[in-house]
Amino acid sequence: MTKGSVSGIIANLVIVTVDGPVAQNEICYIILGEVRLMAEVIKVMGEKAYVQVFESTRNLKVGTGVEFTGNLLEVTLGPGILSKNFDGLQNDLDKMEGVFLNRGEYTNPLENDKKWEFKPLASIGDLVEAGSWLGEVKENWMAHKIMVPFKLGAKYTVKSVAAAGSYTILDMIATLADSQGKTHEVRMAQKWPVKVPIRAYKEKPRPFRMLETGIRCIDSLNPIVEGGTGFTPGPFGTGKTVLQHALSKYAEADLIVLAACGERANEVVEIFKEFPELIDPRTGRTLMERTTIIANTSNMPVAAREASVYTAMTIAEYYRSMGLKVLMLADSTSRWAQALREMSNRMEELPGQDAYPMDLPAIISNFYSRAGYVFLPNGKTGSITFIGTVSPAGGNLKEPVTESTKKVARCFYALSQSRADSKRYPAVDPIESYSKYLEYDEVIEYLRENVSEQWSDQLQYARNLLVRGKEAYEQINILGDDGVPIEYHIRFWKSEVFDFVILQQDAFDEVDAQTPIKRQKYMMDLVLDIVKDEYEFEQFEEVNSYFRGIINILKQMNYAEFQSEEFEKFHGQLTEELKKYHPVAAAV
Amino acid sequence: MQTQAFQKIYTKIDQITKATCMLHATGVGNEELAMIGERLAQVVKIIDDNVTLQVFGGTEGIPTNAEVTFLGKAPTLRVSEALAGRFFNAYGDPIDGGPRVEGREVEIGGPSVNPVRRDKPSNMIFTGIAGIDLNNSLVSGQKIPFFADSDQPYNMVMAMVALRAKADKIILGGMGLTNDDYLFYKNIFDNAGVLDHIISFVNTTDDPPVERLLIPDMALTAAEYFAVEKNETVLVLLTDMTLFADALAIVSNRMDQIPSKDSMPGSLYSDLAKIYEKAVQLPTGGSITIIAVTTLSGGDITHAIPDNTGYITEGQLYLRRDSDIAKVIIDPFRSLSRLKQNVIGKDTRRDHGKVMNAAIMLYAEAANARTKLENGFDLTDFDERALAFATRYANDLLAIDVNIGAEEMLDRTWGLFAEFFEQAEVGIKQDLVDEFWPAG
Repeated sequence: MTKGSVSGIIANLVIVTVDGPVAQNEICYIILGEVRLMAEVIKVMGEKAYVQVFESTRNLKVGTGVEFTGNLLEVTLGPGILSKNFDGLQNDLDKMEGVFLNRGEYTNPLENDKKWEFKPLASIGDLVEAGSWLGEVKENWMAHKIMVPFKLGAKYTVKSVAAAGSYTILDMIATLADSQGKTHEVRMAQKWPVKVPIRAYKEKPRPFRMLETGIRCIDSLNPIVEGGTGFTPGPFGTGKTVLQHALSKYAEADLIVLAACGERANEVVEIFKEFPELIDPRTGRTLMERTTIIANTSNMPVAAREASVYTAMTIAEYYRSMGLKVLMLADSTSRWAQALREMSNRMEELPGQDAYPMDLPAIISNFYSRAGYVFLPNGKTGSITFIGTVSPAGGNLKEPVTESTKKVARCFYALSQSRADSKRYPAVDPIESYSKYLEYDEVIEYLRENVSEQWSDQLQYARNLLVRGKEAYEQINILGDDGVPIEYHIRFWKSEVFDFVILQQDAFDEVDAQTPIKRQKYMMDLVLDIVKDEYEFEQFEEVNSYFRGIINILKQMNYAEFQSEEFEKFHGQLTEELKKYHPVAAAV
Repeated sequence: MQTQAFQKIYTKIDQITKATCMLHATGVGNEELAMIGERLAQVVKIIDDNVTLQVFGGTEGIPTNAEVTFLGKAPTLRVSEALAGRFFNAYGDPIDGGPRVEGREVEIGGPSVNPVRRDKPSNMIFTGIAGIDLNNSLVSGQKIPFFADSDQPYNMVMAMVALRAKADKIILGGMGLTNDDYLFYKNIFDNAGVLDHIISFVNTTDDPPVERLLIPDMALTAAEYFAVEKNETVLVLLTDMTLFADALAIVSNRMDQIPSKDSMPGSLYSDLAKIYEKAVQLPTGGSITIIAVTTLSGGDITHAIPDNTGYITEGQLYLRRDSDIAKVIIDPFRSLSRLKQNVIGKDTRRDHGKVMNAAIMLYAEAANARTKLENGFDLTDFDERALAFATRYANDLLAIDVNIGAEEMLDRTWGLFAEFFEQAEVGIKQDLVDEFWPAG
């Protein structure tokens, strides 16, 4: 293998003089006394390799030895990933010793000696290819498929498969013969380079199935689909992380891969501590059982931040190949972009806008395109829905990371400062935000068949209601309360009803935090009936207090168990209240 | 710091800028300290045998033939119980006339705590200031700055919070502190009789700006000693982080780095995060809470320094002068404590969360009403009541001179609700209204 020695150090960028061939993105280790510092080649100039070190370079000296590995940055894929807390390089954080993260400490992501109950799925003589299912083991609640390693390509014939029984990830569980008759051994664990997408699928159609998130401002206004992409930009303090946590708790996915990329450690701790306690109502199991966390918090080495999102995506792709519905969340992709900027700056590259590297848009769009809904070779389907957060500098959505992301992500959930200031949470701006999937015929068709006949029409109606409400509000502000027809006040307050009752949701209330689609449908029908009605008022003051009353009752309904006695009691109150200004609804 | 006999002495400096020197030297480690004459410097870049040093005391008067020696180690602090009650400069040398502190020598700016070894911060810090306890409850292990314009009394509020927080140790990291403010802190701690558990690392405006870069790491290294090894609760006060960031910009500029937004280095986020993320709650009971000050220029929070800070810290507190009551209040709209959900309704009464939100929404209604008033429009009856509520709410709860218990804060707010509004207008969950709405 190629060796080298350090000839320059600028923070975590190290220049290595090498004695042989090196590959772009090859991994090397800097041998600093007892510890080995992992680094990745990011530029080669003649015999100088520029490497980004995934650790602190304190006390590193010119002349220190470097060993190259010949591998790219790889992750280990196999049973045991679920419920783990990894760092950006897939070290198992729980195996690290001591309170502090010591430099150069790398731990095994999986357990080599743990036994798994293996059940064969393939038979001798079967024709298989990369990603084909050979067998399965039970990982937490799900059937973890043991697949033909992705690094193998063309067609293989199964020569042997292990009998049902317990095996470790290092035991051989199958042998395959290639077209030349050469034998390949298959074990439960395999390795894959994180920057290369896993393409063990037959086809990637346009996604069409709605992904139920339980969050009303998404499902009931701008729904996302299985295999879809979305992003949530927002200034700090507008609730990006609360929204991501809500998604990870309530979204109807088989498993969740969370990349905490350059964000606060305490936010990850919240997940570490809460998820093992919280029960997923759909499976009756703890949330942690379906969650894997890749944590590279903001104080961890910057270079590993970039690795963390790729590590997370590769793990998501691995599980997608098992026919699972994966939701991947990354908070925040801006920190990853900043890590790229720091390196680009140290390498003295010509900067693009805001000193970000020129190829930032391409890097972002390549990454988002790894999400998607796929048909596997065996006819099953799997998906990765990806939602990233963006932390725009100064809250300005015209900055490079937001703009680059907007070009690829199909759902845009803009968090608004003014909504957050008035505590209208989640602070997703209903008018700025959109879901491109509502333009897909397949999605409209799916919603019609699976949610309700009118769902997509209702969403369009709601959107229009909100726009008209906003226009009316602006007019009222310009002309004054009595300078506009009463109709304007009614229009504004109708949109407020929708805003307060459907869009706003209390993430910290036990009942309100998650709304199943059935309940969303019910409330949508109820609220739209109210706002579609005609009202007659004498004075604008009446409008204001009347709708406040209506909103209050509807909010009480939101806080009550669906269709419980309490819920019906408030419903009854509502019906009474509605009789006051319009006899039509009273009859309903 | 003594020069030792076997150390090689270099006497030829090739380049000198306002903050850095460059010379040819070998066997030098990254981030190693060096002495240039009497001045302390640190290695920031090595290319072959070209070594760039950042000179903390500034380079004024350094000749090209100055004697340069390398100390073979990164900056360190000697830690022991003897730190308590002492005042130090940015290098950790005493400035109070006392003796040097003996103890174990620890490199400053050490590794991060493994996230899985942290505990979830969940102990509320009671300050008695309702604008904080009611709306932006602080939690031990949190990191939160005051975003303040220079004319606001942030040092006073911070000192008040520190004294009421009942921490085992209070560590003050002063960067570019005026001498007057330094003496203010010294006096207030002295008067409160708490000097024996205060530790200060201070760089005043008299000292060179680049020295400031050492202050947060010094303060936090001391904090980690007490929190991790002694299981103590430590409160770290950092003021003013804007001046710290300015010093970062000076150095990166002298090193010809391409500046990003607002002339700040591209690594500003990571640099600040490394400091603030030292805040921690440990399962053993030890904790580090960081309260910082980030001064703003004309209230602009989109500037790179407050902006990056806001993304790192767990909320921010804004002070605002309320002309209606002629007092400084904690602004309820822009202030935020992200960890408050961990303690609200757990360390406080169960109605806390809903009362807090309802009061702020009504306060927002008052702000809308005020806009209408300013534009010359008639106010509705509700608007009038909201405005009256807002004045009382600001005076009785948000003002920084309020010092009451947590239950009293909630009862006062319910009292204001009942005084100005109907139950339906407040919009709180009915069972709480039934229990807490004041009778009659």
